[in-house]
Amino acid sequence: MILSEQKPFDEIIAYLEKDKNVFIVGCNGCAESSGSGGPKQVAEMKEKLTKAGKNVTGAKSVDFLCNKALIKSELKGRIDQIKAADAVLVMTCGIGVQCVAAAVNKPVYPACNTVNLGGSRGEWEGIERCYECDQCLLYHTAGICPLTACTKSLVSGACGGASNGKCEVSPDRDCGWELIYNRLKERGLLHRLNDMIKPLDHRKIAPRPEMMSTPRYGLENPPKAETKAEEVKS
Amino acid sequence: MSLQSKLESGKFAVSCEFGPLKGTDTHEIQENIEVLKGKVDAANVTDQQSSVMRLCSLVTSALCVQGGLEPIFQMTCRDRNRIALQSDLLGAWVMGIKNVLALTGDLPDLGDHPQAKGVFDLDSVTLLQAITRLNEGFDMAGNELTGKPTFFAGAVVKVDSDTEASAELQIAKMQKKIAAGAKFIQTQAVYDPKTFEKFMERVEKFKVKVPVMAGIIPLKSAGSARFMNANVAGIRVPDALIEKMDAVAKEDRAKTGIQIAAELIKKMKPMCQGVHIMAIGWEKRVPEIMAEAGL
Repeated sequence: MILSEQKPFDEIIAYLEKDKNVFIVGCNGCAESSGSGGPKQVAEMKEKLTKAGKNVTGAKSVDFLCNKALIKSELKGRIDQIKAADAVLVMTCGIGVQCVAAAVNKPVYPACNTVNLGGSRGEWEGIERCYECDQCLLYHTAGICPLTACTKSLVSGACGGASNGKCEVSPDRDCGWELIYNRLKERGLLHRLNDMIKPLDHRKIAPRPEMMSTPRYGLENPPKAETKAEEVKS
Repeated sequence: MSLQSKLESGKFAVSCEFGPLKGTDTHEIQENIEVLKGKVDAANVTDQQSSVMRLCSLVTSALCVQGGLEPIFQMTCRDRNRIALQSDLLGAWVMGIKNVLALTGDLPDLGDHPQAKGVFDLDSVTLLQAITRLNEGFDMAGNELTGKPTFFAGAVVKVDSDTEASAELQIAKMQKKIAAGAKFIQTQAVYDPKTFEKFMERVEKFKVKVPVMAGIIPLKSAGSARFMNANVAGIRVPDALIEKMDAVAKEDRAKTGIQIAAELIKKMKPMCQGVHIMAIGWEKRVPEIMAEAGL
């Protein structure tokens, strides 16, 4: 799941400064559960834009905007509305906006920002997070990740900032290193506190170049990345 | 006598600290140098303290060298990756800077440029390892240097912890810092000699011992003491001292604050090898505090 949040309306209206006619696209996937671009938010956006003097030529929520084949088939019946628009406003994550921009030959604007999930993959109850650092350190830290449990992602031990077990930067959170200490103690592993951890290899933490644009990343299987926007055809 | 020779020969040393201002006007720095040189053994130059952008600690430390005040160049890992850190260290050595204090640094969120990217490629421990490696004539990647420094590296530790985990983590990290190459330690401000005594009992048991300089922040008012208690982790001003500050007339506050600092120094002097006076705006009164403490 990808978490998105609507941009401030002022920012959206500024994108549309020179465009009178707008077509809105929403997403029934993650954007709907994020409360940023499902059918309800699309309807609200239509109303707000109309009040602001825009002409909404049409609006459509598609099941998954990360799938270009689905976008094309779902928007087939709306070609006239899209053609009548000066711009298309897409209410979903960055992937969805890029897919609509690749599928529809119109200026396409994002209505949302995509929020960094800090290692969370999906919405579930629990505090465990993975940083995807590609150099797992959990052996040294009793199975609690210092990169995500510590606000500063310190690997050499605690800073001096904790107060009564709470983090200096985010006082509502426990100090990650105190959690690690308590777990190490409980498991008879306190000697691991002396483990010297090498500086992180930041090449491994950045997404691999092939991950930035592969079929796996795009949930699709095109032989080559599409470079030219194609107009939706009936 | 340099800070290093003094500490290594077992003598009692005094350091203080000041922060460069925001801008290119160096009058304040020159004034501090004039007042402090010949009085303290060395002065820490803070590195964009609290993540607030200021004139850099490297150049300010070099100005201290030129002016005859031995600097302790504070270096945080917030704003530079390992390439820049090592490069600035080489530059510091070339400018005659011998002491480096390795710190992880605050997050940018705390300062006046909260949008900035915090780097934290290294941390206090791995920065100390890098300094040790440079002293051996190699960079972190193992490449040989043409001309090498011999830095005297230091680190900081918090003395007063409010949980067992926090206290043990501080002790463990202090030992890690020593193993990584810290040759002296400056502590967070201490207001209770008994707490300091307990801390030093732990330190005395270390296999590898390094000189410890006790941190001193002179109290300016009861209000500032309460503020530190509420907002600065690891600082605990006892109620008795706050009441003492509360009881004196406004015009006598400074005098009382300095007396309290001097008393603390006198009490802790037998337990450690130096004091680090963080005067925070009162840099020019450090000689007064020292005189009052009989240093």
